[in-house]
Amino acid sequence: MRWIAVSLLSLLSLSAHAGQPTPGAIGFQPAATSIMERITSFHTILLVIITAIVVVVMALLFYVIARFNSKANKEPSKFSHNTLVEIVWTLVPVLILLFIAFFSFRELYYQETLPDVDEADVINVKAEGNQWNWTYYYMDVVDEDGFAMSFVSNPLHRGLPSDPVATPEQPRNLAVDYPLVVPVDTVIRVYTGATDVIHSWAVPSFGVKTDAIPGKLNELWFRVNETGTYYGQCSELCGKDHAFMPIEVRVVTRAEYDTWLEQAQSDIDGALQYLAGISELSNTQLASAR
Amino acid sequence: MPMDAVTPIDAHDDHDHKPGFFTRWFFSTNHKDIGTLYLIAALCFGLVGTFLSGLIRWELAEPGIGPLTHFVLWGVEGVTMDAKIEAAKHFYNTVITYHGLIMIFFMVMPALIGGFGNWFVPLMIGAPDMAFPRMNNISFWLLPFSFLLAVVSMLVPGQGSDNGFGGGWVLYPPLSTSGHTGPSMDLLILSLHVAGISSILGAINFIVTILNMRAPGMTIHKMPLFVWAMLITAFLLVLSLPVLAGALTMLLTDRNFGTTFFDPAGGGDPVMFQHLFWFFGHPEVYIMILPGFGIISHIVSTFSKKPVFGYLGMAYAMASIGFIGFIVWAHHMYTVGMDVDLKAYFVAATMIIAVPTGIKIFSWIATMWEGSIEFTVPMLWAIGFIFLFTVGGVTGVVLANAGIDHSLHDTYYVVAHFHYVLSLGAVFTLFAGWYYWYEKMFGIRYNGMLAGIQFWLMFIGANVVFFPQHFLGLNGMPRRYIDYPDAFALWNMVSSIGYMIVVSSLLVFFVVLAESMIRRRKAVVDENGNGNPWGPYATTLEWTLPSPPPFHQFNELPRVKADDHH
Repeated sequence: MRWIAVSLLSLLSLSAHAGQPTPGAIGFQPAATSIMERITSFHTILLVIITAIVVVVMALLFYVIARFNSKANKEPSKFSHNTLVEIVWTLVPVLILLFIAFFSFRELYYQETLPDVDEADVINVKAEGNQWNWTYYYMDVVDEDGFAMSFVSNPLHRGLPSDPVATPEQPRNLAVDYPLVVPVDTVIRVYTGATDVIHSWAVPSFGVKTDAIPGKLNELWFRVNETGTYYGQCSELCGKDHAFMPIEVRVVTRAEYDTWLEQAQSDIDGALQYLAGISELSNTQLASAR
Repeated sequence: MPMDAVTPIDAHDDHDHKPGFFTRWFFSTNHKDIGTLYLIAALCFGLVGTFLSGLIRWELAEPGIGPLTHFVLWGVEGVTMDAKIEAAKHFYNTVITYHGLIMIFFMVMPALIGGFGNWFVPLMIGAPDMAFPRMNNISFWLLPFSFLLAVVSMLVPGQGSDNGFGGGWVLYPPLSTSGHTGPSMDLLILSLHVAGISSILGAINFIVTILNMRAPGMTIHKMPLFVWAMLITAFLLVLSLPVLAGALTMLLTDRNFGTTFFDPAGGGDPVMFQHLFWFFGHPEVYIMILPGFGIISHIVSTFSKKPVFGYLGMAYAMASIGFIGFIVWAHHMYTVGMDVDLKAYFVAATMIIAVPTGIKIFSWIATMWEGSIEFTVPMLWAIGFIFLFTVGGVTGVVLANAGIDHSLHDTYYVVAHFHYVLSLGAVFTLFAGWYYWYEKMFGIRYNGMLAGIQFWLMFIGANVVFFPQHFLGLNGMPRRYIDYPDAFALWNMVSSIGYMIVVSSLLVFFVVLAESMIRRRKAVVDENGNGNPWGPYATTLEWTLPSPPPFHQFNELPRVKADDHH
């Protein structure tokens, strides 16, 4: 059982750039959080089950086609009841579903329960959807007037000829000017909200997706295992530029995060430049960001 | 024709009562003529919906925004490429919106319910017509006008100077209220109201007909399974459509009369609309598939030369699918921020649907077991349906798990799932029914080989379109995107190639139609003088009539004997 899961896993996540889709891939993006790791293994179990079901149904169909076609079987039988098989094909699916439900509830409650960490160690961020960009608020960083530190995260590409040329560091339709910056190995709580219509904040490699709804504050959490850049896209139809409000999350070390945060409060561009210094961010991204 | 007055009343001898062309087709109160009108309308509307899906696959064949720019800002001088692209973005959203609405409300529902339902419910229960023939007429004629309103809505301003409503078939506010301030959305609301009235009237007609007009001796537990399916479908329609109508009316007043049902600024809640919408929307997906379940049961039984396996189980499986269909709606809304315990409930309730659905799949296979299967054209579609519906069903089980759906919600995985159960499920049952009853309805035969070619092209094409979309969804491609990251290019291209195969299948379909209409091969008359090409295992009452049936049938009601099987 285990080797099937392992070999399927390796088949489904042909390694590539973490945090973004892979050309020609047929499975999930590589997991960057415990949530997504668990979703991936749960999905592998499900994939084995549903493939088996489809294969069984297909085999039965092929069998009746081969064995009970009018040439092979001239005289049809007359039966139309068989209590035993009816009980079997009712109970077996019930058992399979109970098996699935066990994992399903476990994963659901895992995803929806903040890990047991000191509230002071949780970083609180608000992602606010607008037509068509995201505003990020760092809720723990409040100025003397009580306003949280915030900045707008705009897409670099809008499907126009004047878009900057895509590079590996700035994948088309995924890169933004000012990414959300969070530290690695830390519980991040993201509140989602919206100012105009419904949006949805999603990062596939984190396994999170929560709608950003006007008049409502939703909540999700994640803890990223490795530093790097991770991308997501708005996942609720929000009008004309729905395809052009990507989500970029820069995950850095705690020390780098503290430095960035310190600088970002007064000079967001300088903070971006600092990020560029510690990473693969290119000059064109800096240029277009300005 | 005064002679008719003295002609003995005989089900087989009253062709001459047909009214003139205009009266017959425009003031029609005859269930068969109305059924034919529904089928013709569904065919025309379906072509519009197919054309729109062609625009989608053309635009998505390659990354970037290109093909749709040719369809916007016609006749406007000096338009920049940027302006065209901006207009194309909105146009794309309107295309996916109207594709969905047209396929659901103007293709699948009119064809399966209005078309086959009107044609065969009275024939199968041995009734002369529907209970309310004039109501039947209005429920059909509301439909073209509803469609007209939808088309006009696509051509008038939706948001700013952009025409049409581009908020998806689900019509979520605030995108459908403050997000689309133009008249387009108002027209669309009216269109859906009219379509809803049409469907409710039709559903009432079916319920009354089936409950009151069955031939003597035909108890509820002797009704053909298609009639069972239509009865359950009609109840779903009557119970769910008024909820949609209420939600639409609240949208209308939010937009025009200052109410704030869905506007948080006035104490309203956008999520409330989603609850109302999906309370209708989830039963709606069963409304689209249940009549097909009935059709498949008859076809499988006829061509396996065996009675349907587990008739009562089949009937009550449909009834329980219909009932559970009303208590699972929020599985469409796992990401709106519901309480986790509530999500857990909807996970459990949703997964339960797999049980009656499994009963149906296995019972069809058991019907074929030890049968003597003839691979006629309708049987090909039926077997294709059973396989593809299984594929669409198991991905439904995956999506039922909220923990997984957080990853897959609003991705192409969902698009693949619901097209497997609708585009490859409901549409396959539509073609299955069409080829099963074609000769009965129109009195001419089609070319089986051509129709077989159409099946294989459709089977291959639809799989090539939709199977790769599972991959796109798993890898994170959101739905309703005019442009996508380059990594998704491969499977999008494959999907678009599949669309070409589907189109070629539809071309063959029209060749089948044209060939049969030109050659006009006479319908088969069996040794008992009945119009029954399928042999002794086509047991329902429509096969005891000539093909096509007389204008008025069963003037003398058939009697169903106590030992007749269903």
